[in-house]
Amino acid sequence: MLHYAALKIGRALFVIWAAFTITFLLLFVLPAEPVDLLFDPAELNTIPEDVRAQVAANYGFDKPLLLQYLDRLGHAAVGDFGTSVQSGRPVTQALLEVLPSTLILSVGALLLAVVIGFAIALLATATRRPWLRNLLESLPSAAVSVPVFMFGIVLLQVFSFGLGWFPSFGDGGWQSLVLPLVTLAIPVSGPIAQLLVRSFTGEMGAGYVVTSFAKGATRGQVIVGDVFRNASLPALTIAGITFGNLIAGSVITETVFARPGVGRLTQGAINTLDIPVVQGIVVFVAASFALINLIVDLIYPLLDPRLRASLAARTS
Amino acid sequence: MSEQPTARAEGAAVPAEDAAGTKPLLQIAELRIDYRAQGRSWSPAVRGVSLHVDPGETVALVGESGSGKTTLVQGSLGLLPASARVSGGSISYSGVDVTGWRDARMARVRGNYVGFIPQDPNTSLNPVKKIGQQVIEAVAFNERTAASSQEHIDAALESLRTAGLANAERVFHQYPHELSGGMKQRALIAIALAGKPKIIVADEPTSALDVTVQRVILDHLETLRTELGIGILLITHDLGVALDRADRIAVMQRGEIVEHGPVRELIANPSSDYTRRLLAAAPSRHQGRLAPSPGLQPRTPGEGIVVRAEQLRKQYTLRSAGGRSLVNALDGVDLVVRAGTTHAIVGESGAGKSTLASIIAGFATADSGTAWVGERETTSLSHRELREVRRDLQFVFQNPYTSLDPRFTVAKLIAEPLRAFRVATGRAELMTRVRELLRAVALDDSYLQRTTAQLSGGQRQRIAIARALALNPRVIVLDEAVSALDVSVQAQILQLLVDLQTELGLSYVFVTHDLGVVRMIADDVTVMRDGGIVEHGTVQDVFLSPQSDYTRALLGAIPGTRFATV
Amino acid sequence: MTVDITDPRAAEVIPAAHGLRPRRRIGIGARLTEALRQPVLVLAWLVVLTAAGWALFPWLFTSVSPYEGNPALSFSPPSSEHIFGTDRLGRDLFARSVYGAGTTLTATLLAVLIAFGAGTLVGLIAGYLGGAVDTVIMRVIDVLLSIPSLLLAMVIVSVLGYSTHNIAIAVGISAIASFARVMRSEVIVIVNRDYVRAAYGLGVGRLGVVLRHILPNSLSSVVALAALEIGTSILAVASLGFLGYGAPPPEPEWGLLVAEGRDYLAVYPWISILPGIALALVVIATHRISTSFRKEHRR
Repeated sequence: MLHYAALKIGRALFVIWAAFTITFLLLFVLPAEPVDLLFDPAELNTIPEDVRAQVAANYGFDKPLLLQYLDRLGHAAVGDFGTSVQSGRPVTQALLEVLPSTLILSVGALLLAVVIGFAIALLATATRRPWLRNLLESLPSAAVSVPVFMFGIVLLQVFSFGLGWFPSFGDGGWQSLVLPLVTLAIPVSGPIAQLLVRSFTGEMGAGYVVTSFAKGATRGQVIVGDVFRNASLPALTIAGITFGNLIAGSVITETVFARPGVGRLTQGAINTLDIPVVQGIVVFVAASFALINLIVDLIYPLLDPRLRASLAARTS
Repeated sequence: MSEQPTARAEGAAVPAEDAAGTKPLLQIAELRIDYRAQGRSWSPAVRGVSLHVDPGETVALVGESGSGKTTLVQGSLGLLPASARVSGGSISYSGVDVTGWRDARMARVRGNYVGFIPQDPNTSLNPVKKIGQQVIEAVAFNERTAASSQEHIDAALESLRTAGLANAERVFHQYPHELSGGMKQRALIAIALAGKPKIIVADEPTSALDVTVQRVILDHLETLRTELGIGILLITHDLGVALDRADRIAVMQRGEIVEHGPVRELIANPSSDYTRRLLAAAPSRHQGRLAPSPGLQPRTPGEGIVVRAEQLRKQYTLRSAGGRSLVNALDGVDLVVRAGTTHAIVGESGAGKSTLASIIAGFATADSGTAWVGERETTSLSHRELREVRRDLQFVFQNPYTSLDPRFTVAKLIAEPLRAFRVATGRAELMTRVRELLRAVALDDSYLQRTTAQLSGGQRQRIAIARALALNPRVIVLDEAVSALDVSVQAQILQLLVDLQTELGLSYVFVTHDLGVVRMIADDVTVMRDGGIVEHGTVQDVFLSPQSDYTRALLGAIPGTRFATV
Repeated sequence: MTVDITDPRAAEVIPAAHGLRPRRRIGIGARLTEALRQPVLVLAWLVVLTAAGWALFPWLFTSVSPYEGNPALSFSPPSSEHIFGTDRLGRDLFARSVYGAGTTLTATLLAVLIAFGAGTLVGLIAGYLGGAVDTVIMRVIDVLLSIPSLLLAMVIVSVLGYSTHNIAIAVGISAIASFARVMRSEVIVIVNRDYVRAAYGLGVGRLGVVLRHILPNSLSSVVALAALEIGTSILAVASLGFLGYGAPPPEPEWGLLVAEGRDYLAVYPWISILPGIALALVVIATHRISTSFRKEHRR
């Protein structure tokens, strides 16, 4: 078990290191003159050569690549991704400032998405009416088909401009959170619901379900007592994908609703080619992803005795 | 069981107590079940079946795959899938008609009045729940008055003990994956008994188990029947099992019961052709080797030894709940196959027989030891050299549903080895050879352009044999090549193998778990257990005067021996 | 219900009893009549074919220029003359949507081709060779998967420069990992199939086995993924366009069209919503079609 945990932690650390290295290659090595990226493309030609050299020296671009890499890696290891080109503030500070707002949005959306996913899967499994089942099963694929920005815009149009129930922009109170939450939750719920529907259907056909029916269990008892737990476990395996959807969705949701957050920070950083901020965000996201997968890997054996047994055997 | 069986039905969902004495426990009358076919049409799976089970009686329902026996069971338990419907007839338990009952009402009959033992113990227990919990559920669902949790535990333990699990307390706290197949099946019997039913429906309860375990489980069911006075409906594809265990047998074919009667009557005087064919095909009812079909021109096989193995060893690392352990898949095994004969390797699961076959065929490597095909040593060859050996030695897999590429037509499948070795030059010559091979396995040219999805299991296995014959090998290794097939098909394939051997002078290495089949086809036999050889010799010697206890146990466990000489 | 699918005998039970016919070659006529039984699927095909028509022959669908507008007619609501209405510069939004299909769908196709080609190859190599090669490839894929594809695409676009072309490349690269992973796991399954071992046993060479058995049999699941990925890629391309990383403003591109109308949402909602609906319909339709592919693949 210890060996297993060590292996998984090692993998997580590797992913974070590799994400740093890839972004370093993409952002600092690939561009011929990385320093050019620091200036507004329109003004690039008007920048005097000595100013460019000065800026390049400030950012360490004049040093050999390997040295730059090790220097940045060393700082990144202690959470220092340098300072933002635009604002001149430390990247970590900028990130931490907007993080709470994004966290509230994504955690709320995740909860809502999980509820929606389970509701669809449970109803589709419990019903014996084919038409209702088909309808429910087609909902998730519709949810992932509608573009997030489109969904946000329609919600804005109907509930904000049309009915005036919720404010359209900004970050003030719970009312301003409702529309972004729904906008983000719907596309995130799609894959969760799809997986759950499939896994509930699969488990309903399993041999032990027949045994349970033969014991005298009713359909409801079988779903609650047997199928629910076994079918829910696989949902953990897409925790990583769900996280990715949340991040991607929050970039767009925050843009549509003009909310501050990591998504907006990302967009701003990309627009202004604020390389240190971009790298900081990518590594932060990859680290969160690795952490989530690590947690899933570590709690999965606690939920599945078969896996637990095989792990115990492997390390004894 | 402390309680008297007659005291059980009180308050049960329906079956009235007074009726229990006079009416059959289960009465199926003119039952019809349809499956939804394409569009709005229905195709019948069970067509007007009548059957009854009386108290203290074992009735066997025998049928091959597709006969509708499983559908019949699902129908009588009210567990039909959504795509099926009962379109006629009735099902009654102790005279109470339960046809068309709603799920919630039927749930009170299941477990309480009728217990069910499923086919595959490995998938029929919830993998994430402890055995005890699963038995307790069966107790709790079926109790009449709410009991305390301690009473539940006591009842569950008692049920486990009744099912023959002596160490019930330990099993109670274990997960399914910690038990052997036989123990899982006993746990499932415990679950079936927990509701104190009057009748048990057992759907192929032992077909996933080894013969020796199968025997013990079936013995136990027999004991339960006598002790508890319950009725048993035993569904099986194995006529031998039915002959051994049942009082009455119903033979099912294409959704209908074609024969029904007491065992002795059925053997002495089978009324339907199908029963006669099944009886003829049952390996246990055969004495001695199959004779080649008349009119063949035998080819004298070469002299000497075609396959030899010396001191083959192979270890696997096993990860189990008990910790990492090394398993001796093969522990210094010798084998000698004489030219033109069939050498059977027989044993139960885990005996190492398939590992031996894989090493001989070059699919796996041995840790130590040597194998020869003809004069060539095969245990130390490169990929390329091994390919040359394939001309002399071919392999037929157990499962014809997975061993043929689903995208290939029959013609392409048979032509594959010919292409690989560029044996035939030109398309015409290639197709001539393919047709010749197809005829050799008794299939005509109309099969050439079919894909495997359009073939039955027996036809697929014929294609696999034709493909193995393509390069004119001297040896064919058959790994459980007939065990996935229905008995009647199995008999045809075995006859084909015997005929081909006679005509072509082939040698077979025939791996099987079924001693009945060994007697029909083999000249020599090697009995394996736990990676070692228990006994070897000619079939005559081993069958008539087995030297080891294990061989005797295996021979004794062959189903159908009880009436083999009738 | 008690039929065990892994039991070879079950395969004979299921087709007969459950009405699922074994796969066989279906004639075009039979396919068409079967398709007509599923009106939603037919509708989905119509939507996709219309979109493809817009992309290939935009002049067949509209005679109006997507670039030149009539300032006098700015912000006119949908009418018989301008069925999607007009925008700020009085440009016909229907014409812009029709011409936008070309930009968006070409980028999508390029992205899917990149992801499919590279992902399939990498997955095949990893799954077939196994061992150290597999470990290295899988670790790299782990890393790529750990960065959400939209974020990765944004980073790549920022390095390559803003254009629809680069969006396509970025979206394609960010989807390679998922293709590689699906292909690898499928190849591992197929490599262990009996018929592959049988082919070796028959004396077929290694390359022959890969090309004749492993590749064709493992492709079907990646093809199903590719069908699904078309919808996902349209969304990704449009999302990046919406965020402003695609074609510069006068170009019609679906994501950009929606973005352009955002500022007038309260007053002139059709500017955003009608092109957005066209976009959503196409994605829903491709998803519906890919589902039908997957069902067929499972048969």
